[in-house]
Amino acid sequence: PFCALTRPLSAIACLLQTNIQSDCRWYSVSHLSVKERIEKKRKAAQMGGGQKRIDAQHQRGKLTARERVELLLDPESFVETDMFVEHRCSDFGMEQDANKFPGDSVVTGRGRINGRLVYVFSQDFTVFGGSLSGAHAQKICKIMDQALTVGAPVIGLNDSGGARIQEGVESLAGYADIFLVHPSDLPHHGSLCILTHLMLCLQDTSYLFITGPDVVKSVTNEDVTQEELGGAKTHTAVSGVAHRAFENDVEALLYLRDFFNFLPLSNQDPAPIRECQDPSDRLVKSLDTVVPFESTKAYDMLDIIHAVLDEGDFFEIMPTYAKNIVVGFARMNGRTVGIVGNQPKVASGCLDINSSVKGARFVRFCDAFNIPIITFVDVPGFLPGTAQEYGGIIRHGAKLLFAFAEATVPKITIITRKAYGGAYDVMSSKHLRGDMNYAWPTAEVAVMGAKGAVQIIFRGKENQAEAEAEYVEKFANPFPAAVRGFVDDIIEPATTRKRICRDLEVLASKKQVNPWKKHANIPL
Amino acid sequence: VFHVSTSAHLTYISTFDKILIANRGEIACRVIKTCKKMGIQTVAVHSDVDSNAVHVKMADEAVCVGPAPTSKSYLNMDAIMDAIRLTGAQAVHPGYGFLSENKDFAKRLAAVGVTFIGPDTHAIQAMGDKIESKLIAKAAKVNTIPGFDGVVKTAEDAVKIAQQIGYPVMIKASAGGGGKGMRIAWNDEETREGFRFSSQEAASSFGDDRLLIEKYIDNPRHIEIQVLADKHGNVLWLNERECSIQRRNQKVVEEAPSMFLDADTRRVMGEQAVQLAKAVKYSSAGTVEFLVDSKKNFYFLEMNTRLQVEHPVTECITGLDLVEQMIRIAKGYQLQQKQEDIPINGWAIESRVYAEDPFKSFGLPSIGRLSQYQEPLKLSHVRVDSGIEEGSDINIYYDPMISKLVTYGATRAEALARMEDALDNYVIRGVTHNIPLLREIITHPRFVSGDISTNFLPEVYPEGFKGHHLDEDRCRELLASAAALHVTSQLYSHKILGTQRVSSAPMDQNNWELCVELGQELHDIEISKSGNSYIVKVDGGQVEVCGDWNLASPLLPLTINGTCRMLQCLSKESSGNIVLQYMGTLFKVRVLSKLTAKLNSYMPEKVSEDTSSILRSPMPGTVVAMSVKPGDTVADGQEICVIEAMKMQNSLTAVKQAKVKSVHCQPGETVGEGDLLVELE
Repeated sequence: PFCALTRPLSAIACLLQTNIQSDCRWYSVSHLSVKERIEKKRKAAQMGGGQKRIDAQHQRGKLTARERVELLLDPESFVETDMFVEHRCSDFGMEQDANKFPGDSVVTGRGRINGRLVYVFSQDFTVFGGSLSGAHAQKICKIMDQALTVGAPVIGLNDSGGARIQEGVESLAGYADIFLVHPSDLPHHGSLCILTHLMLCLQDTSYLFITGPDVVKSVTNEDVTQEELGGAKTHTAVSGVAHRAFENDVEALLYLRDFFNFLPLSNQDPAPIRECQDPSDRLVKSLDTVVPFESTKAYDMLDIIHAVLDEGDFFEIMPTYAKNIVVGFARMNGRTVGIVGNQPKVASGCLDINSSVKGARFVRFCDAFNIPIITFVDVPGFLPGTAQEYGGIIRHGAKLLFAFAEATVPKITIITRKAYGGAYDVMSSKHLRGDMNYAWPTAEVAVMGAKGAVQIIFRGKENQAEAEAEYVEKFANPFPAAVRGFVDDIIEPATTRKRICRDLEVLASKKQVNPWKKHANIPL
Repeated sequence: VFHVSTSAHLTYISTFDKILIANRGEIACRVIKTCKKMGIQTVAVHSDVDSNAVHVKMADEAVCVGPAPTSKSYLNMDAIMDAIRLTGAQAVHPGYGFLSENKDFAKRLAAVGVTFIGPDTHAIQAMGDKIESKLIAKAAKVNTIPGFDGVVKTAEDAVKIAQQIGYPVMIKASAGGGGKGMRIAWNDEETREGFRFSSQEAASSFGDDRLLIEKYIDNPRHIEIQVLADKHGNVLWLNERECSIQRRNQKVVEEAPSMFLDADTRRVMGEQAVQLAKAVKYSSAGTVEFLVDSKKNFYFLEMNTRLQVEHPVTECITGLDLVEQMIRIAKGYQLQQKQEDIPINGWAIESRVYAEDPFKSFGLPSIGRLSQYQEPLKLSHVRVDSGIEEGSDINIYYDPMISKLVTYGATRAEALARMEDALDNYVIRGVTHNIPLLREIITHPRFVSGDISTNFLPEVYPEGFKGHHLDEDRCRELLASAAALHVTSQLYSHKILGTQRVSSAPMDQNNWELCVELGQELHDIEISKSGNSYIVKVDGGQVEVCGDWNLASPLLPLTINGTCRMLQCLSKESSGNIVLQYMGTLFKVRVLSKLTAKLNSYMPEKVSEDTSSILRSPMPGTVVAMSVKPGDTVADGQEICVIEAMKMQNSLTAVKQAKVKSVHCQPGETVGEGDLLVELE
């Protein structure tokens, strides 16, 4: 019932293509009518690798390729393509009928999520372990081309053992195709992957690596398990390869549906605006007391973020990686926005290599898809130390600076507390073309903290405590920035939501064009 | 009926120009309200962590008196005396707790000519000491409990005395109050243990570890008489408050009047209370507490020489503002009322809303930040005394009370119905709270019929409180509401504005087949929509659910089969998980389409951790004692460690016999809720 009798034209197109490629096998079953043969092939395609393999997939706690598609898309919206495609390998017995599966090891087509168009491919582990054949790659490329022509996103549901070894070079050609549009490492087993832009994966069953534990052992002599090398935890907390992990297939797909609603269909489309029941002028009283009395005490930036958003609905990206910066999608008065915030709760919210790269990538994502960026700043500076300097914090910190500077989408910045030194500049400051920059009364825009500043200015002198008090008096408040116009206004925290919603309305027509260049040269 | 903010048209006689309130939280706010009404300037004192607190914002002036621990701030007499000097306050209202019954404080105030709004030091001293107060009461012909009239020195002493009085006995701190430092013992062993705990608690709470022992009256009611006395020998009794609903000797629900007292008993109790007040030349507001047995025999328990937490119920039925009366009396005015002027107008109930988890021993403290907070003040006949607001922090330093929720009406039934409504409309997010328990209490048939005692909670919930038990109809209603909420939110996801590229097909859908998981059970549901209402077929029944379905509001007012029900939605996730508050209790449900539910059945179940080998802290607090070390063998029920939170000592015990594998904390260490303390093998 998924497909495609409602779309006779595409079905016939598929049939023709398959006929051209196929061998004399068609004639041997010719005592069946064409109509019956079509039915038979369709039924076979629905079953993938057969009931036994489907059961095995279920026993592993995984869904089949078709079940995943069905769950991801609106009911009865899936339109399948290339159901009749079969692999073309004739070596190692692969040419036998028993080794041919209509549709091969991937299900492709298009459908809708909450009424919005999406192309999808879903690798079928029940057919040759979802391995990548020439035909498989061709199917994926076809829907990608279609998606490109109409301006729609592609979601890939990956569950594959890798290249189909029997096909040798031909399957590698397929690899190349996918690499072309899919520059992440080829995911193994049970990972879900939204093309280039976002990668979601599953706890305990997703593994992702360039080379597996056996190769690692033989090359570098390291003992490592699959989970340690490329499990969900590794990629969401250590490597930063995956953007979020979910407990299982069902949960991941349900979250993916909701997440999809934040994004425009293409970079040519505006970010979506959803009807909003949360009043845009709602005062958020809890923000008046969220910043602690002592400026050295931590608080949770998520308390602020959740409180200002529509319905407190925040889809956090990379929640377990570089936790000193928080990024994610949300809505303000129905408009999709990207949120970037320093997290004082973790490492005082400082910027280090990982958090800079995480932030930069997210900012560029938003800019690429016309999503306004709201930045909440409480940053004591860049993390000092040899580990950071040798790792190239200057280069990586510059990525975040570059990303904010080149972004032409609406940019609204709220300084909640500390905005010190270079890190202040980096965090979507006025100097990086911030559209609206606000400070809360608790904001301190300064070169550095009072203590450090006084130690440098008055090195070796007495009365440091007095000088420190003077520095605090002069700089630990929003005025130095406000008198210079570095912030547009000092606002009552409770009014933050109201302000942002109002500004977004005004900035909706923002047009800003960067000088022409072939492409920008971000410090990679 | 009394209400703090009304009666602005009255003019008040001159009393003081400026009063300092030596307290925090709701009682400080409560006193400030009356001061404002009377045209008196107010001074708040606060610890550094409280500098943004509501009472600080409400007061005309505020002085920081020290860091967070109470001993360094709210109990810091030197700092408070400085604050008085600094601000020129003429009088001090001490609220309850802290310095309210501290005779030294009252003396120091007297020495500098500042009025203490409360009784004089003689009465504080006489009534503050439980042993002396009993002797005075006896002499004043007040009924008293048989017991030992002296200080108990050692655990063995305690056992001997307990045997003389006969079990059960109550061991309590001589300087105590509020249930702190109190233990009941049924045998020698428990007496020894109780002695140890009570003296520790007494020392940490009151700086005085003296204990006394008395006969424990099984299954009593706790009924107290409010008295009001001026400095001219006039004493009134303002009727009773029934405070029998308690957990660990702390009151949870109070009401006035009591269903149990007849007019005669009430009068005799009132008169005895007046005799006692007169015997100590009492002035100001005070409370004489009695235990009342099933035959309406009553025994003097203690006298509290301060404003009580539960004073609002008395204010509601008598129309008096007790704080105003205290201020007038302190200035030396005579009482304006006569005994015959004191009415019982209707009925008032008070629920103490606490930041605590009622599923653990009827309430273990929880802490956190009130991320969302709405008091049910839109309802009529509701009074909320609170000292916190949205964004406030509930921390481990102070009492975890969020507010006192008071409802009143012409009859008890009316007051109770309003309480039910008020609890359902109360929005508290960010901390665990005891509204589930409060709502169960006030709707329990035994409570409604007035069949209560101080053992109410352990008797009604012998296995501990488990939340509201849904009967078949309520269960259907909950499932139907969750399903309707799910469909509403799914449809809402389609409402993308201003783009041509959205297919409208699914919007035309009017019927859905869902599967709702509640507890371990799956329920098939058919639901159809017309306008704002849903017809839901569930478990062989049909439920109609109507509402305006605002997904941004924490409150979810629904009409279910024609009856108005207030639900609250605490969370709604993409995974289909919804947390709803219904009948006061939180229920986790998972709503999935039928297809999703089928596919979900293939998903592996999450393995939950074996909790019998792991001891986690049930609340945030400080480890005061660790009784085991790795390698020790513990028996089932043996004490492993003691956690102190909000000045209560809680002994944590092993649930099986096992060897201690590892110890993860040390005495003196601060632990959070759920922190791993000890692992067993």
